[in-house]
Amino acid sequence: MKDKIKTADEAVSVIKDGDTIMVGGFMACGTPEILMDALVKKGVKNLTIICNDAGVPGRGVGKLITNGQVKTLIASHVGLNPEVAQRMNTDVAADKLECILVPQGTLAERVRAGGAGLGGFLTPTGIGTIVAEGKEVIRVDGRDYLLEKPLKADVALLRGSVTDRFGNTTYNGTTRTFNPIMATAAEHVIVGACEIVEVGDIDPNHVVTSGIFVDTIVGGEKPWEI
Amino acid sequence: MGDIKEIIARRVAKELKDGDVVNLGIGLPTMVANHLPEGVEIILQSENGIMGMGPAPAKGNENVDMVNAGAQYVTVKPGAMFFDSATSFGIIRGGHVDATILGALEVDEKGNLSNWIVPGKMVPGMGGAMDLVVGAKKVIIAMQHTQKGEHKILKACTLPYTAVGVVDMIITEMGVMEVTDKGIVLTEKHAEFTVDDIKAATGCDLIISPDLKEMK
Repeated sequence: MKDKIKTADEAVSVIKDGDTIMVGGFMACGTPEILMDALVKKGVKNLTIICNDAGVPGRGVGKLITNGQVKTLIASHVGLNPEVAQRMNTDVAADKLECILVPQGTLAERVRAGGAGLGGFLTPTGIGTIVAEGKEVIRVDGRDYLLEKPLKADVALLRGSVTDRFGNTTYNGTTRTFNPIMATAAEHVIVGACEIVEVGDIDPNHVVTSGIFVDTIVGGEKPWEI
Repeated sequence: MGDIKEIIARRVAKELKDGDVVNLGIGLPTMVANHLPEGVEIILQSENGIMGMGPAPAKGNENVDMVNAGAQYVTVKPGAMFFDSATSFGIIRGGHVDATILGALEVDEKGNLSNWIVPGKMVPGMGGAMDLVVGAKKVIIAMQHTQKGEHKILKACTLPYTAVGVVDMIITEMGVMEVTDKGIVLTEKHAEFTVDDIKAATGCDLIISPDLKEMK
């Protein structure tokens, strides 16, 4: 079996300037901080980040934003990271952050659609709001829906609680969030694991993400205080 | 008149029935769980992936992998389940949440809601609010009646919508209002206010229920 375990630096070496990166977690709960740190160290720029939120300064994707590596952020909520508003409104071109806000359920389903081979889906969320601008409205059985298209990424950076050497992964508590769906929607998937175990150690009943989705495993992740 | 937020939370709690699946917004709505009537047990859904959320843990018992949608530490009740975000919003959009309780910047007499953006000033994002108000069976807005004297209940919202035609009920420190096809109906009023006080604090016509009760 291919050895998927690498150091954080080796793992993020596949990431290039301009890549689209999905990052798991919700307000940084369930975000792989060691992979965020490795990406800061690598210094790649002009990234498009797809994440539920902007984290907070010093946590989660907040680290990448502070370091000026994010060109576009696709998220549902950025209000707990004041740096996002500053960078959205700055006149300094190099610091400028484009922020595309997507309803959280639509964001999750777009990622799911991206990983599930769907060309999109129809949702009532956003009808009659500025979210609907430029989107096709399709009427089904008398109700209007927005056509929302799938999201995919070059790389997904995820956090697993327990991961076996094949990549089978479980997620404790509320660290699950976007991690399992992002595992299906990126070309290359890196899991920062809190614990790495042997194949067979995780009861198949408890595996959430199959190892077939996981390209690289990095140990040394941990649950972080908020 | 006592703590305004407590008064609102206590009244909102009476709208919930035993066994309801409920999603509570951040802030005031969270307090509703502390005021449930005797014998009423609800199942709290948290959009970051919990069915069966419990109260905050005792100090020292926090599990850093267990938070609510406001990133505060929580517990789970026996019988709880964790799930991913796509499943969570399938539950929400699919009509499996009986009630969602959240705050508002503006609500209007058509039941339109604005609570996620003040263009040029505050752009926090909608989070899960757009999905919640579209998907939940009942949408209750729990908020102070005015913002420092400025009307929040209007003839037409001025801020970008969160959703259109979704609000069922508005509960403030002044009273209880239902959104109907004919407009906003005041069904209960707090004893500290007259009907004229409430009309003056409201930016649209208020229909006074012939069966107006005291809010408790």
